[in-house]
Amino acid sequence: MDIILQPWAWYVGGPLIAISLLLYFYFGQNFGASTNFETLCTMAGADRFSDYFKKDWKDRDFALLFVVGLIIGGFISAYFLTPNQTIDLNPKTVTELSDLGFSNIGNQYFPDEIFGDDVVFSLKGFLILLISGVFVGFGTRYAGGCTSGHAITGLSSLQLPSLLAVIGFFIGGIIATWFIIPLLF
Amino acid sequence: MKNIKFLFLGIFFAIVLSKTQAISWFRFYEMFKFQSFHMYGIIGGAVIISAIFMQLFKSGKIKDINGNRIVPKPKKKGFIRTILGGTFFGLGWGISGACAAPIFVILGFKLAPALILLVGALLGTLIYGVLSKKLPN
Repeated sequence: MDIILQPWAWYVGGPLIAISLLLYFYFGQNFGASTNFETLCTMAGADRFSDYFKKDWKDRDFALLFVVGLIIGGFISAYFLTPNQTIDLNPKTVTELSDLGFSNIGNQYFPDEIFGDDVVFSLKGFLILLISGVFVGFGTRYAGGCTSGHAITGLSSLQLPSLLAVIGFFIGGIIATWFIIPLLF
Repeated sequence: MKNIKFLFLGIFFAIVLSKTQAISWFRFYEMFKFQSFHMYGIIGGAVIISAIFMQLFKSGKIKDINGNRIVPKPKKKGFIRTILGGTFFGLGWGISGACAAPIFVILGFKLAPALILLVGALLGTLIYGVLSKKLPN
């Protein structure tokens, strides 16, 4: 039990993610996460706004079950499996974030400055999360995949569009962390 | 319910992401600032081992549960759509520290912020759907 409750090393994560991909394909489906945003839009009636969403979401019941699994797995992890959320950060990262005004750095998975209750319900905090979400949703559909679909499935099957998408992920991620985060905090 | 196995796979995947800290904002921040090897090790390891599986799919040594050949779907092509779409995705990922699958996992850790992220992501998807025919590929 102790091994499960401790943080898992990176060299455990890679193989276990690859095994998840293997099982997903073995079960007869294409590994990815972000097409579910489309499916959820269709279920919510987005086909009234665009033919893009005129799809039969019942064909994607497997993916919706996967999403329900992700949510259940998140609750199980949060409540039973991660008593220790300390993150072993580079001292440089800690100094940098501390200079930006972050507190409790690396003592929990999610910083209070973005995920804290009082921040989330302030206008600025709410908009930061909402607009980030819009970028994630818009970007993944425009690019045709997310970290699972492009970075893992696409790169490992040597697809050029995935390499371009991952380059895009890093352009965006670098702009966000090097320039936008310091502006926001 | 032959698809119930996907529910268990989702639970497993969520636990893997949670336990390896691959849902933590701090882990993605340090990744994009090139200050740690952790996420590169996870993603790089996953890609290398998956590439071996892909070769086994291709040669037919691993078939799916029904005995069919496994062929990953080809990704949509287009320079602008993948680079520009990827950049938008990266912006959202870099600020919030959450990409697609982790948004669902984070619901268990931080319900309200993850719900806002999810509503945003659905809104972004809706915007893409409405504009999809007008955007350059």
